[in-house]
Amino acid sequence: MSALQRIGAITGKELKQLSRDRLTFGMVIMIPLLQLLLFGYAINTVVRHVPIAVVDLSGSAAARAITEQVRVTQVVDIVASFDTPAEAEAAIVAGEIRAALVLPKNLTQRAVEGDVLGQWLVDGSDTMVGSAILALRTMPLHLEAGAPSGAYRPGDPSFEVALFFNPERRSEVNVVPGLTAIILTMTMILFTAIALVRERERGNLELLITTPVRSLELMVGKLVPYVFVGLVQITIVLGLGRTVFQIPFNGDMGSLAVITLAFIGASLSLGLLISTFAKTQMQAMQMTVFILMPSILLSGFMFPFEAMPKAAQYIAEILPATHFIRLIRGVFLRGADVSQLVPDTVWLLVFTVIMLAISTRRFRKSLD
Amino acid sequence: MPDPAIRAAGLTRHFGDVIAVEGVDLEIPHGQIYGFLGPNGSGKTTIIRMLCGLLTPTAGEVSVLGLDIPAQAETLRRQIGYMTQKFSLYDDLTVMENLQFLGRIQGLDGSARRKRIGELLERYNLVPMRERLAGAMSGGQRQRLALAAATLHEPTLLFLDEPTSAVDPENRRDFWEKLFDLSDAGTTILVSTHYMDEAERCHQLAILETGHLRKQGSPETLMQELDQRVVEVSGDNLRRVKERALQLPRVQSAAQLGLDLRVLLRPGSENPVDYLQQHLAQDDLAFNLARPSLEDVFVASTDTRVDR
Repeated sequence: MSALQRIGAITGKELKQLSRDRLTFGMVIMIPLLQLLLFGYAINTVVRHVPIAVVDLSGSAAARAITEQVRVTQVVDIVASFDTPAEAEAAIVAGEIRAALVLPKNLTQRAVEGDVLGQWLVDGSDTMVGSAILALRTMPLHLEAGAPSGAYRPGDPSFEVALFFNPERRSEVNVVPGLTAIILTMTMILFTAIALVRERERGNLELLITTPVRSLELMVGKLVPYVFVGLVQITIVLGLGRTVFQIPFNGDMGSLAVITLAFIGASLSLGLLISTFAKTQMQAMQMTVFILMPSILLSGFMFPFEAMPKAAQYIAEILPATHFIRLIRGVFLRGADVSQLVPDTVWLLVFTVIMLAISTRRFRKSLD
Repeated sequence: MPDPAIRAAGLTRHFGDVIAVEGVDLEIPHGQIYGFLGPNGSGKTTIIRMLCGLLTPTAGEVSVLGLDIPAQAETLRRQIGYMTQKFSLYDDLTVMENLQFLGRIQGLDGSARRKRIGELLERYNLVPMRERLAGAMSGGQRQRLALAAATLHEPTLLFLDEPTSAVDPENRRDFWEKLFDLSDAGTTILVSTHYMDEAERCHQLAILETGHLRKQGSPETLMQELDQRVVEVSGDNLRRVKERALQLPRVQSAAQLGLDLRVLLRPGSENPVDYLQQHLAQDDLAFNLARPSLEDVFVASTDTRVDR
């Protein structure tokens, strides 16, 4: 019980200080607002190796030929095949694939008549991926294997495209949920790192560590207020996103809360780790930028994950923001629920626990 | 003879190549006000931090209240109060909030905490300031708040690191009254200072210089047992006389104090007055053997040539 009392004491103290610190308080509100305006529009780029699935309903030689020709474009990687379009849709919702090519039963006949050959089901929650698949719509096909290609004229659309979740391909739809990851990365890491380093700089820590408070209690007590700060910020961004940018919300609030808390936890514990290295508030800020830059550039917020070289993808996999961007696009735009997004959620939780453990170990109650 | 409150043997601390504390032996009995006297950089703060378990000694053994430090530092923390050199409470919290916070951290529950904080506010004249932000208070007020905070959980041992450095003489005297009250109530107090008048109030004193313990004992004993001789010289042109005195081999230091020049002669100096009269022969000078002050003890034992 006394542990809870001590954690409560630290949390209460932190909230009081936060409410009196106008600069930090202003940052809590202003950073999300500014970023939301600044990142109104996204940057497009060439996309390769988008994971897709094929749903071949015809089982014909023409289908195999088409599949092969789509594969060699290198825009997509065929990672799965399904028997029904419904299964493919479920896989898109879960984020396993970004698109599915559905080839209908009467494929051969359509080829003869010069009709569209098949349909792309595309995850439109990432506009750049959507664009890449749209480009495949008019790709020239050679159907000499089996089907007479007389009626088919190059240049005609060979596929029909069904863009899920973001039919008008508005970049805000893609950017705003991703922006929550960037804003939370920036503010959560910075605030916690600074909150502890400031105590050290002002000499408060020398007093605190001569009291019976334990390292973990101090850490947890300092984190709790910032969980609320994070929730306020995400409410601002997504709330304005809904009202000003008309971002559709397809998911459920429960799932959104779970993934957001997991990500806030991961970012806060990362901030704590920084605070155990930084000697001054300035150093804490510099280290935050060191985390923030790759989080903006590699997480899939600016450039699609699939478009990055392998090495960059490995780095991105370490960053909590990468996982959260996948999660929030899944929940917010594709209406997935947490049970469909287990790996990324678990990863964030494990990351939180590991960071907290390292920070607590590194934070010795001494001045050595 | 009961165990001393603090015992240290061969206490040493290096920071890289810098030797902060070297081979200090201490034995501090219960219930006393024990002073560390030394200039800045003499290792006072480092020793206090090692005794609290905040710094790990490079070498040496420490036992505080019968606990092995730093191994049992966590147990010790419930029994000690520590007032840091720099004000270490929260500037952006009020007096009440600071005390409430520390009370909860120290594990005092609701009613006991309220009662104790009420007592302390009374005792340290903080009642009118209870809603004031700590950052908006004067040096003396902050110091009283810091003492209240350090004694909140009624520790048996109190560490005070230069508690009066930001306080005027009037407040300093009041502050020492409070320390004697605490001492009478049985609290052992370890206080560091670079003020002679404060050092003189301590029951026991350790004189420190560049990390070494130079002398230990009660202020009276230290003054009585001084091996050096002190001669007061009065007259004109004392600055010139001082220059000349410092050239003499038996003179350890010379410092002007008001209208007198205080000359400290090395141990074993026979007939110090005659010696000076011979060598500084000048009609208008008067020489008088003086009783050593604590400052003389300090200067003699730290080998510092006081030059004011």
